[in-house]
Amino acid sequence: MSVELVALAVLMAAVTYPSRAVPLLLPGFDRLPPIVDEYLRLIGPGILASLAAVDVLVLGDPDGHYRFHLGLELLAVLVCVAVVAWRRSLLPGLIAAAALVAISRWLGVA
Amino acid sequence: MPAPVPDGQDAGPLPEAGPDAAGVRRRLMSDGVGISVSVIAFALIYGLAARQAGLSLVEGLAMSAIAFAGAAQFSALGLLGQGVPWLGIIVLTGILNARHLLYSASLAPWFAGTSRRERAVSAYILTDEAYALAMPAFRALGRHDSRTYLIAAGFTFVPWVSATMLGMLFGELMPDPTTLGLDVIFPAAMAGLAVALVVDRRAAVAAVLGVVIGVGVALAVGPSVGIVAGGLAGPALALRVPRSAADAVAEESVSDHAVGLP
Repeated sequence: MSVELVALAVLMAAVTYPSRAVPLLLPGFDRLPPIVDEYLRLIGPGILASLAAVDVLVLGDPDGHYRFHLGLELLAVLVCVAVVAWRRSLLPGLIAAAALVAISRWLGVA
Repeated sequence: MPAPVPDGQDAGPLPEAGPDAAGVRRRLMSDGVGISVSVIAFALIYGLAARQAGLSLVEGLAMSAIAFAGAAQFSALGLLGQGVPWLGIIVLTGILNARHLLYSASLAPWFAGTSRRERAVSAYILTDEAYALAMPAFRALGRHDSRTYLIAAGFTFVPWVSATMLGMLFGELMPDPTTLGLDVIFPAAMAGLAVALVVDRRAAVAAVLGVVIGVGVALAVGPSVGIVAGGLAGPALALRVPRSAADAVAEESVSDHAVGLP
């Protein structure tokens, strides 16, 4: 059984770990000025919303170009957001989103 | 933001009898189940793709357990198939995972008072999903809690590694996850968990600007850069939004309103 790529996995971890660890391990990073603390608080909603939006609104072409995409996935994400805001729980939102997509695809409307 | 308590006051686990801790963990488990379904689906696909790309079981599992970097693992498979040198794969991995800097920086104040060893281990299992689950839970609790973080991260790490193995061994037997709508769970979960962090106007503006900037930059440059740009610039611009008294009240009562509490 080949194990050659285990070394590649280690090297991939070696470049990934610093981005995960440096702020957590850097001395003084947990005692910041209030404005920086406020900025870090806002990173959560900013990056999670960005992550979700890029995932459903940006599609890559085989030739390396990116294009704007409006599709069922966006609707499903919005449904999830609405259900989460209403029920204050993630799971019902995820079930609603997945069900919407699965049923739509099964019916051939998406 | 309910400020994390000062050094030395948040190192231990919450009292088991604490109703808030129990409620937050209960809801965390519920939210985590939804996240783990998405993780399992992607890991099954990754395992199958890794096998088809010629990786041995040890190599595929090493990627998931050691690198533990979903998107970068998929990219690595594609690049290996095209004969790209390892250096190119490693550089791309670093770029794809740069967003973790933001997660780590955002979490750092909550880890005040914890040991370096705990921070080092926590960093290793930090992912999109772990951050998205842990941050609302910390906010609901008003403090860091080691067990809560481990549960949040565990909903990613354990399913990712174990489903990778299943995908490599039995992936050809599984139905297409897209027919079940599982491909939409990841973005839906990220958006849904962002809702939990929108507790005032500034946070709402940060989220909206994160979307606009992220998508704009992604279209021009690429998704990885777009996500980081949205996560950096959206909050920076949102700081210009003045805070009202109502915002302060809303933020102080976050533990009563955030997703993560029954």
